Order: sequence, then C-alpha cells, then structure tokens
Amino acid sequence: MTISTETVDFEQPGGLFSGYLPLAGVYDEMLGPEGRVRGTWEQFAQGLSELGPVGLAQRADQTRRLLRENGVTYNVAGAPQGPDRPWELDALPLLLSQTEWNRLSSALEQRARLLNQILADLYGPQDLLHRGLLPADLVYGHPGFLRACHGLRVPGNVFLHLYAAHLARQSDGQWRVLADRTQGPSGAGYAVENRVVLSRILPVDFHRLQVERLAPFFIALRETLLSSAPLSRDNPHVVLLSPGPRSATYFEDAYLARYLGYTLVEGGDLTVRGDRVLLKTLGGLLPVDVILRRVPDEDADPLELKPGSQLGVPGLVHAVRKGKVVVANSLGSGFLEAPALLPFLPAICRHYYSEDLLLPSVDTWWCGRPEDLRYVESRFDELIVRPAFLHRSAPPVVVRQLPRGERSQLLEQIRRQPDRYAAQSEVVRSTAPVWSGDRLLPWHVGVRAFAVAHRGKYSLLAGGLSRVSSTTDSLGESMSAGQRSKDVWVLSDRPVARVSLLQAPAKAVELRRSANDLPSRVADNLFWLGRHVERAEGMVRHIRSIVVRMTQEIHPSGIADLIMLMTGLSDSPLTLPQGEQTPPVRIFDFLRDEVIDFLFDSSRPAGLPSTLSALRGTASIVRDRLSVDAWRIVNQMDLDLLFPRGPDRNRLGDLAWLLNQLLNLLSAFSGLVTESMTRGAGWRFLDMGRRIERAMQILRLVRRLFVEPRADLLPALESALEVADSSMTYRYRYLTTLQLPPVLDLLLVDETNPRAVGFQVAALASHVRALTVSSEDTRQNSEQRILLGAQAALRLTDVEALAVQDVHGRRTRLDQFLEDLGGAFPQLSDSLTHTYLTHTVPSRQLTGMAHNL
Amino acid sequence: MLYRVSHETVYDYGESVSLCHNQAHLIPRTLDYQRCEACELEISPSPPRIDPWQDYFGNEVRYFSISEEHRRLSVFVRSVVEVRERPSFQAARVLGWEDVRYRLAHPVDDECRLAVQFALPSRLVRCSSDTAEFASVSFQPGRPLVDAVIELTSRIYHEFRYDPTATTVNTPPSEVLRKRRGVCQDFAHLEIACLRSMGLAARYVSGYLQTEPPPGQQKLIGADASHAWLAVFCPGWGWLDVDPTNNQVPDTRHITLAWGRDYSDVCPIQGVVIGGGQPAMRVAVDVSVC
Repeated sequence: MTISTETVDFEQPGGLFSGYLPLAGVYDEMLGPEGRVRGTWEQFAQGLSELGPVGLAQRADQTRRLLRENGVTYNVAGAPQGPDRPWELDALPLLLSQTEWNRLSSALEQRARLLNQILADLYGPQDLLHRGLLPADLVYGHPGFLRACHGLRVPGNVFLHLYAAHLARQSDGQWRVLADRTQGPSGAGYAVENRVVLSRILPVDFHRLQVERLAPFFIALRETLLSSAPLSRDNPHVVLLSPGPRSATYFEDAYLARYLGYTLVEGGDLTVRGDRVLLKTLGGLLPVDVILRRVPDEDADPLELKPGSQLGVPGLVHAVRKGKVVVANSLGSGFLEAPALLPFLPAICRHYYSEDLLLPSVDTWWCGRPEDLRYVESRFDELIVRPAFLHRSAPPVVVRQLPRGERSQLLEQIRRQPDRYAAQSEVVRSTAPVWSGDRLLPWHVGVRAFAVAHRGKYSLLAGGLSRVSSTTDSLGESMSAGQRSKDVWVLSDRPVARVSLLQAPAKAVELRRSANDLPSRVADNLFWLGRHVERAEGMVRHIRSIVVRMTQEIHPSGIADLIMLMTGLSDSPLTLPQGEQTPPVRIFDFLRDEVIDFLFDSSRPAGLPSTLSALRGTASIVRDRLSVDAWRIVNQMDLDLLFPRGPDRNRLGDLAWLLNQLLNLLSAFSGLVTESMTRGAGWRFLDMGRRIERAMQILRLVRRLFVEPRADLLPALESALEVADSSMTYRYRYLTTLQLPPVLDLLLVDETNPRAVGFQVAALASHVRALTVSSEDTRQNSEQRILLGAQAALRLTDVEALAVQDVHGRRTRLDQFLEDLGGAFPQLSDSLTHTYLTHTVPSRQLTGMAHNL
Repeated sequence: MLYRVSHETVYDYGESVSLCHNQAHLIPRTLDYQRCEACELEISPSPPRIDPWQDYFGNEVRYFSISEEHRRLSVFVRSVVEVRERPSFQAARVLGWEDVRYRLAHPVDDECRLAVQFALPSRLVRCSSDTAEFASVSFQPGRPLVDAVIELTSRIYHEFRYDPTATTVNTPPSEVLRKRRGVCQDFAHLEIACLRSMGLAARYVSGYLQTEPPPGQQKLIGADASHAWLAVFCPGWGWLDVDPTNNQVPDTRHITLAWGRDYSDVCPIQGVVIGGGQPAMRVAVDVSVC
C-alpha cells in the first residue's frame, strides 16, 4: 500500500524538507519534477518527516558511533591525519525500486557475461582480435594484456568471478556505466558494513520498506569459489590474498575474509612448491585450492608478471597453468578496466549475443583511433581525459578546468602518443538527500554495483555501495572518492526472506578442530598484540598509582615517593628541576606535568598514546582473528575518544577516572581472549606475548624499587604490590607489616600468583610444550631449555638472601639475580621467532646477464 | 649444418638459497630452416620436475623450482641443431618501407595484426626522437624496406664500438645511441627502437653463433656466449633477420633460440630467489660443427 503524499507536509516551516532544493537540470533521486516526492521514496520520506531534524541528528550521531566502534576505516596513503581514516556513512540510504533494480540488474548481468566472454577470448583464441572487433594496437599496447596468462586453464570458463560497475544517473534519468572493475573489486565489504549499521539505526524503515538482503550474493560467491576448486576435495582451502595493512582497503579485506570464513593471507604467507600453492603455517605447509585475490594482476607473481613485486607469490602463474590452484578473478582480468575498451563494447555485444548493450557506458573515445582523435580535438574543452589503459596510472583531467595554456599542452601530448589516451564526456550525476548536520542537502551520487558468477550466469548484489559528494567532479571511482558513503536499498514488492551466511550447506562439512593452520605471520602479530596489551596494562596500573597519590594530600616525604615511582615508569632518566631550594610545590608541578605528558603526548616514544596506537595497529592487522566484541573494545582504547576534552592540570581526579576506564577496557579484552578464543596456536602466541611482557615488567619494577638503598622501604613495598596488583594477596596471606622477603617471594617466586614471574615462566613452559607436541618434534628445544633454566633459578633462590644489603646499602645479589633472570625473556622471544615465525625473507629477482658478452 | 651446442650457466651465491623459481628460454625453436634434433637440460641441484610450456611467442620455456637449500645453481643445456639455408630475401625487396608502415597502422590480415605488437614500445625498448632521427637517415622516401634496414644495420656496425663495459642489461637504446658503445644486446635493442620509431615492426632474437669459423673466415663477435640480433617484419614475405653486431644477414651460422619484443621476453634464465646474498654468475657457451 502506498501512502499518499498529502499526509506529508513537505512545506512545513522548519520541517526536514523545507530547505531541500534539488539543483536545476539535475535528476534528483527523491524529488521528481515540480518538487513532488517520487513513489519509491514516499513511505520513507514520511518516516523521515515524522523523525524530524532532531531525530535524524540523533541517528547520524549513532551512525558515526557505530562505525567508530566497529573500527571501520580505509587507508589514504599520505593523508595528514594518518593513513587510517574513519569510514563515513550518511544516515539516509539511497532507495531504488524493484522495477528499476530489475532493469539495472539484467543489464549488469549482460555486461558481466560479456566482459567474461571477452577475457575468455583474449586469453584463448583471440577471435575478437582476428575479426578486428578489438584493434591490435589496443590489445598489444595494453599493459594489462598479460602474455604470461594467455592459455591459462580456467574451470567452467569463468574468468571474472567478481565484477563491479560504477554507475551514475544522468539528467535524463538514465543510468550509465562509468567504469568497470574486474581485478579484485573492492567495496562489497563496505556495503555490508553500511548495511549492518543502517539496519540498526533505521530498523523500522528497514523492515517496513522490505529491503532486499545482501547475504544471497555472498552465499553465491562462496558457492562459486568452492565449486571452482581444481581438485575435488570436500573442504577446499580458500584464502583471501590481501596486499596487506598498507593497502587502501585492508579493513575490507579483513572484514570479507572473516565474513566469508576464509583465511586472510598476504603474499609472503604463500609459497609455491612444485606446482602447488601452499600456506605457511605453524604446523607446516598447507595446500591452498582457491585464491580470492585483492592484489592487482601485475603484482601477483614476480617471476612471470612484474619483477620485484613483494605483494605476490613467485611461481603463482605456473601453479595456475598446471591447474593446481584457481585464482579469482583470473590473472589478466585487469585488461577489462581500460577506458579504451568502452567504445568497442557495443559491437562486441552484438557480435556475441546479437543484442544491444542494455546499459550504455559513458561516451568514450579512444584517441588511438584516428576518427576518435579527430572528435576529441574538435570538442576538447568539453571532455575528460584519462589514461587509455591503466586507470590507476594518472587521475582524470577535466579539460575545462585547465588553464588555456595547459589545455594545448595536453592536446599536444595526446597527439604525440594518441593510443595512450581516452576521452570521456562529463556526466552530471543525479543527487540524493544527504544529512548535513542541520538539514538535508542534494549531493551527487555514484553507485558501485557488484555481480558474482554463479551457476553459469551472474547474480547481482541487491544493493551496493554509493559514494556521495557535494560537487559532481570530485566523485572519482576510487573507494576514497567523495565525502561519504550511502547504503543502497532495493525495495522489494514482496516480503523479504531472512538469509544468513551461516546457512546449512548442502553437504556436511568435515569437522575440524582448529589445527595448526595458523599462518606464521598471524602468530607473529598475535604475539606482539599480547605484548602491547600487557605493556599498556602495566603502564596504566603504574601511572594510576602515581595519579592516585598525587590526588591525595601530599606531605614532604610523599614527594620522594612520587619521584621514586616516576623513575620506575620509564627507562629514560627523570631530570628534576635543579636548585638549592626548589620548593616541593615546584617539584610536584614538574612531576604532574611529566605524568600528563606521559599520558597524552603522542610524540613520546614510550608514552601511553604511542603504546595504545601500537596496540590498535597490531590488532587491526589480525582483526580477522579477533571476535567482533574484542575488536570493538580495542577501538575504544583511544584517548581522543575516551577523553576528548584533553587533560586539565587542575583536575587530576579526571585522570584517575580515565585510567580506570582504560584498565576496564584492557581487562575486558583479556577476559574476552580468555573466554572466547579457542586454545589453538593463535591463543598460545598471544598469551606468550603477554607472559613475556609481564615477567619483564615485574623484573624491571623490582629492580628499580629495591636494588638501590632507600631511607624508607615501606612506600616502595606498597607501590610494588599495588602496581603488581598483589596487595590484597599479601595482606590476606601475611596479615602483617610489609617486609621485603615475602614481597619478593610473592612477586618473583610464587607460581600461584598470576602476577609473579614464576607464574609466567610456568605458563610459558606449558605453551612451549604444547606447541612442541603439535609440531611432532619431541626433542627438547631451545625454548624449553631457556624456561627450565629460569624455573630452576626461581625455585632454588633464597629470598632472604636476596634481600641482604651490602656495605653501601645496595642489594647487589638481588641485582645480579634479576639481571640473570631478566636475560631469559628477550632470549625466549628471539628463540620463538627463530623457531616459528621466520617467514618473510623478501625474495629477489635474478636475471641472467647472459648477453653482456 | 649440424651443430652441437652446449650452454652452461652457473650462479654462485654468497649466502644459501632456500627456494628459487626459474624459467628458462634455452631450447632452440623449430623453424622452416632449423630443427632441434636433441636437447638435454641438466640442472643442479636437481629440481623435482621440469615443466615445459610454450609462451605467447611460441618459444619453448622450461619452468623449475628448487626448494632444497643450495649455494650454487647450475643449468647446463646440450642440444644438437640442424640449420639449413634460409630462403633468399630478394623477393622481399619489392616492399617500400612506407607501405609496410601503412599496413601496420591499418592491419587487415592476421599476419599484420600479430606483427603490431612488435611495432609498439616494450619494457626495454622505448622509442625517442633521437632514435627516429638516427633511423631516418637510412629511410629515404620510396626506398625498399630491406635496403634501408641493411644500411641501418651497417651504420650501427660501423659507427658503434663493441664495449662490454659500457652498458648493463637495462641500458636504454637512447643511451646506447649517445655513447656509441655497447654489446650485441644493446645494438639489437637500438636497431629495434630505430625501426619502431619509423612505424615498423621488429623483434628481438636470442641465439648462438658458430664458435669456430669455417676455414678462411673470421671468428665472429659473440661466439663464446649467447648472442642476440633482431628481425624486421616484411609483410607477405616474413621476418628478415639482421645482426648489427656483425653486420650480417644471418644464415647458417646463427642458431635461433627464442624471440620476443625485447630481451626481457626471452631472458635465457630468469628467476626469483629467497636468500642468496650477492650472486656471481658465469656463462660458458660452445657451438661446434658435428
């Protein structure tokens, strides 16, 4: 049932729609001619109107918060605010009717089929070349035509598994394809994330409007990849090959890997032996059957494609050639992304299917054809010029925006090497309402639609990723183009079935207890995540004990305690203000400023902000290994987020609050790790990182506080117990005044105290044993030897003797003991790296100089 | 002529190599005037398998990888090749070079379409105004293509000095042109660049020369290693080989291994290694008449 527009008063002053004025001569998605709401939008607009500006503002805030919590980012290389930028999503979706979507999707289905056919021909019989439907200089001049991939076998004749089209709607209401993405098209993962967020903040609309689900697309993708596995195995191993954390869409790579249930790998994790691709794991080399790749064609294999690339796998092309692995999309599919190809599609479509291209591309001329060049010369000022073949090699140039002089220069350049340029007419994209903070504005829209090869045809993602921008030309085709994204809702005519990716598969899955299929690189990162988490926790506990003391009433002797605690905080010496009669107040102020610096100065190498950012950075690399909840907690460990107003010197109490918050988050993270991570190798490496770090911290603390002579030992003992979270245990156990030997026993030797060094050693020993057993090597390895040594030293030590002072009041024996014991942990860390984690030795190119006679 | 060719390549690594992947263009092509009677590839350490395939240009390629730790890789090929007289190129003399240029710009048959890839710039052969200028001296209007090419070949032979120290694998043709020095590979690349800048198609040919000259003839340059020259496209006739290093139109003393757009398409052994430090490489070639 549709609701008549009469019920929505769009002209109501101060109402949401009162100021929404579409641009003249531009198609608006929501408002039709004469400002009437289009049928598709009526129901939604009514809901919006009821929500009002205040409600919408709330929704927008919620959207931002959810995205932030989920840690949705994309990387922008060289961006001033650091490479990781938060993903921005508009609170209003873009709506498309079922009828319109059906038209679009059958057109895109045809296009995907056509593009696949072109690849099959290009890398096979090359009939299009022989018939002149593709000019020889286009094919051979295209750096994306990879000769090494010619003749590669492809199961089911599917070259293009995943396809994305950039769409724009022109003023006449017609959609056009602006560009095709055919290597490892990105954006589908962001579309899912957008959907997850928007369906939560607009749940009522989402259900009432019967929005088509995205999951069927991914189910189809999984089915396609599984069925393409070259050897028929029940459980083919599919991996998602990412260019790594520095790539623009690493977030999405990790997200998709997790969503689809694939192992996220980088080039260095894979190796070719013989003609098989294998994954380097802790348990050895595991065969890989299908690679969903997100690395560009030319980077996939430094042996046969681009020499020197470190993103790919040497020998990969050969493994494909031997039919032992399937790469999706097939290598060489980047050929299709060339703008130069667009003018030839209509004729090729008629040639293959005797039908017209259902969805036209933007008008494009390839200057390599003399008649096209002539046209481009005659209409130069109206066109956009771009590289003919590799769209990434240079940004498009809007000719009318160039100064006169540069225009003729560009034209000269084109005339010199015409085949390297393509020109396109400008498309004025349609607009859709965007929430600007206080009102709705018409922003330009670009839509990225996705198709997946499935059972002999292509299925569309019912929705897509939309980018919006206040100006039409800043909307390029990259992920980062535009200012924001929008979810795309396809409104179904009938109720929509719920679909989940976790649906029961047709065939029973072979049960697996997470064996040792953990990539070595991931183990390495988990190990470091453990170390960073523990380091952060130790810091927070330590600085909290200082802050708490500062907020209490300070008497002169208290200053000395503070100095002592501050010295233990970092390795760098504390330079106190000098002078004969420095008043305690000045020293206090100095210490307070130090604390604030330590907490907030991100340029300080061992300060809290840099430790937290290392923690978040490492976590983001292994985010596919963390639960959604753990990841959300990690994202909240951000001082800017927890404490947006920054420090106030006169309100130290606030700092104590902040530190408690952080400690809660860190404990929550540890709790989740303990409670929800399976006890596989990944958990062991994370925990080993924690244990090593904790042992080192305790050893350092004890050494800082107790080796040098002190007038009064009591504050040091108190602090040690407090920082090591062991005061309660001590009091409970000894019910007595503080003394050094029992404190040393509790912090160093006691194997039942989870904070004691002895406990860490015991835990590490059990991890090392478990790893050794699973690697089927029963010899006592060097890790075991190191730990046995440490364990013996701890068990045999006499804490009374350690507490003895020499003639100068120094505890030399304690110092020596701590130094000896302390050496064990860096040694263990190195040994673990050597045994399990050595993996990323870069490969080098070897080319014969055979002709240099 | 029946030749016995042996070609040994040895890489000595400073550090041990844990894994290498290689492909070799070391098997002579089979042509109208050339037949490979036997060919044996011996690799040490011995790889578990050697996979044969043919590349886009129809060259024989061998792929192998070694995952056994090693400090030395040696690749030894022995082949027996029969080379017959090539057809006379007199018939090709009727082609004017501008006509060939036109046919490549407007290809109407498969022969010309396939040749287009050899008329375009490639990884190691970029055309420039210098190469065009140098070439244009020999390409007067209306001149037969073959005559112009033979003259260009002879000019490179006479005006350039053979000097193994002047260049590396990656030296671009424009620099060779400036220095007037180089080795066979540079001269081949330069002449290819010259021809391509005139709108013609030229391909890089890698191969060998007969080591010991027939009685009474001079030993040719490049006889103790692998050699390189080029071929120019003559539509309707075929490809005419020319050797600028020796100022010759190759005949039975040149043995063809492989061809491509430039050296990078037909590099005798190319590989990716993990480890290895600074490798030292040795090549020994021997070609004798059976």
